Amino acid sequence: MKLKTVLLATAIASAPIAATAADMTIGFSQIGSESGWRAAETTVTRLEAEERGIELKFADAQQKQENQIKAIRSFIAQGVDAILIAPVVATGWDEVLEEAQDAEIPVVLLDRTVDADESLYLTAVTSDLVHEGQVAGEWLATEMDGADCRIVELQGTTGSSPAIDRKNGFEQGIAGHDNLEIVRSQTGDFTRAQGKVVMESFLKAEGGENICALYAHNDDMAVGAIQAIKEAGLTPGEDIKIVAIDAVPDAHLAIANGEMNATIELTPNMAGPALDALEAYFADGTEPAKWIQTESKLFTAADDNQAIYEMKKDLGY
Amino acid sequence: MGPKPSLLKRILPQLIILAAALLLNVIVFPDFFQIDFRNGRLFGNLIDVLNRGAPVALLCIGMTLVIATKGIDLSVGAVMAISGAVAASTVVEGHGWGTALLAALLAGGLCGLWNGFLVAVLRIQPIVATLVLMVAGRGIAQLVTEGKILTFSNEGLIQLGSGTVFGLPTPILIWVVLGALVTFVVRRSALGMLIEAIGINERSSRLAGINSRVLLVCVYLLTGLCAALAGVIVAADIKGADANNAGLWLELDAILAVVIGGNSLLGGRFSIVASLLGALIIQSINSVILLSGMPPEFNLVIKAALILTILVIQSPRMGNLIYLIRATGPQPQPEATRARPKKEATQ
Repeated sequence: MKLKTVLLATAIASAPIAATAADMTIGFSQIGSESGWRAAETTVTRLEAEERGIELKFADAQQKQENQIKAIRSFIAQGVDAILIAPVVATGWDEVLEEAQDAEIPVVLLDRTVDADESLYLTAVTSDLVHEGQVAGEWLATEMDGADCRIVELQGTTGSSPAIDRKNGFEQGIAGHDNLEIVRSQTGDFTRAQGKVVMESFLKAEGGENICALYAHNDDMAVGAIQAIKEAGLTPGEDIKIVAIDAVPDAHLAIANGEMNATIELTPNMAGPALDALEAYFADGTEPAKWIQTESKLFTAADDNQAIYEMKKDLGY
Repeated sequence: MGPKPSLLKRILPQLIILAAALLLNVIVFPDFFQIDFRNGRLFGNLIDVLNRGAPVALLCIGMTLVIATKGIDLSVGAVMAISGAVAASTVVEGHGWGTALLAALLAGGLCGLWNGFLVAVLRIQPIVATLVLMVAGRGIAQLVTEGKILTFSNEGLIQLGSGTVFGLPTPILIWVVLGALVTFVVRRSALGMLIEAIGINERSSRLAGINSRVLLVCVYLLTGLCAALAGVIVAADIKGADANNAGLWLELDAILAVVIGGNSLLGGRFSIVASLLGALIIQSINSVILLSGMPPEFNLVIKAALILTILVIQSPRMGNLIYLIRATGPQPQPEATRARPKKEATQ
């Protein structure tokens, strides 16, 4: 089965390829440096590959699909054993995926999926954005334990799929709890600065004492909002409970300092499950499920956030 | 020719629009004008408008002058990101806030000189020349921060963004003082007139003996410095330099502020005070959107509709119409009634 790949590889790159998992070569087409999380994903992918003794060929697409397609074609030409893609957009992948398939190189999608036939890729490793929001909602429902709570929500960039899914998920999480009510919801564009600005207006429009909890679609907005809450003379984490998503290092630090209550991890380790699936596939041909869902882990003050912060801060977030 | 009586007349439309925008705020949120003293600082929506308007206000001080020379500076948002990143990395390396501020101003100044060099010396069209830095600048900023949000805890630097002086947020003080200073300098010296001369006709201004090259470089330099200050404030406000998002699209808000301020993009006469009012008008509109509690899907539509209304009211045709309505309005009626029978009589 690998014969064609081997032939292709020796013909074009004249590099000997062995199909054993120990010295696999894998191409990774990353979107680019759009956010700290993305940088952490790259770092973790490198670490995971290193741990397994896999050679990782890395290509940064600088947020352009054409660069990703070029990178994949060059991976095919070099005869890599497998390709990991974090696709920048959902459409336009059929042709290049077919080329990979013709070369019998399995493709694994990381973090995002594409609008292409399922048979064109081995599997997709992504988090469930709706589930993340749901975990946040359920945490708040348990935390409040029936007490009345007026919630303000900082949404992500309007119309983006994380914003839509995390909003829906949270609403599902608090559904059936009549004591919980979202009183204001506005976009903070996923940024600290806008998170702070919008929280300032929430505090004035509702009155700080009338807000019991904040749900932010990402940690950065929550970190900005914490500053706004402090400037208004309130204590974040106590006067206003704060739950957000992503679990970036600064959120762990905020929880460790008692300024934030919970965060749900969007793990940057998409490569771990992907490489596990590839190793199993190469070992005995095990076909993984078409969708591998990463764990949406809840972190609260009960965890050792200081330690997690120290561990995460050098990942490139 | 004295500036005092004409200034009020010049900024009257902006004042009326600002009043209308503030009134809109009061309609959606009746306690809008309430200001408390809380936690050692003035606390209220009006303070927020002045404070949050600071970055655009600072940008539009420089932008007004650049536009007066018939130029434009698209790079100010990216320059904000660069200078914020430089300031943050300086304090992270253990230097004091003064050094950080100087380093940021130096970075902004260099960016301004670069733009000035492209425009004044190489004679590249301003929109293209500054586009270079607009695109490249964010990349430079990311190189400085190594692609992450660079957080810092230097109290001195943080004071510039979220601190207060006698209860008044520092950013307000910075833009008001700088705005007053630049206005004073350009209006109390011949500088303002020379800048206007370049905007109206650069060749003839040069023939008249104006060193337009140096003046142009200086104007872009000032814009770079204003952007650097805005960048430091934005970074200090969130205690971190966010190279991806700091100042994103703010160059457009700054240009809009200048336009709402009644300045022509074709250069010539300018008013910094009117531009600053334009910045406050934009911030008041942002405030209406946030306070109204409308779903965020409507944000941009509301903003666009309000700005369109303002621009339509300010448009020359509308100005003519208003003039006509005034001319045929109730004021000249007695004359008209007297004139008409005369006309009939002659026929």
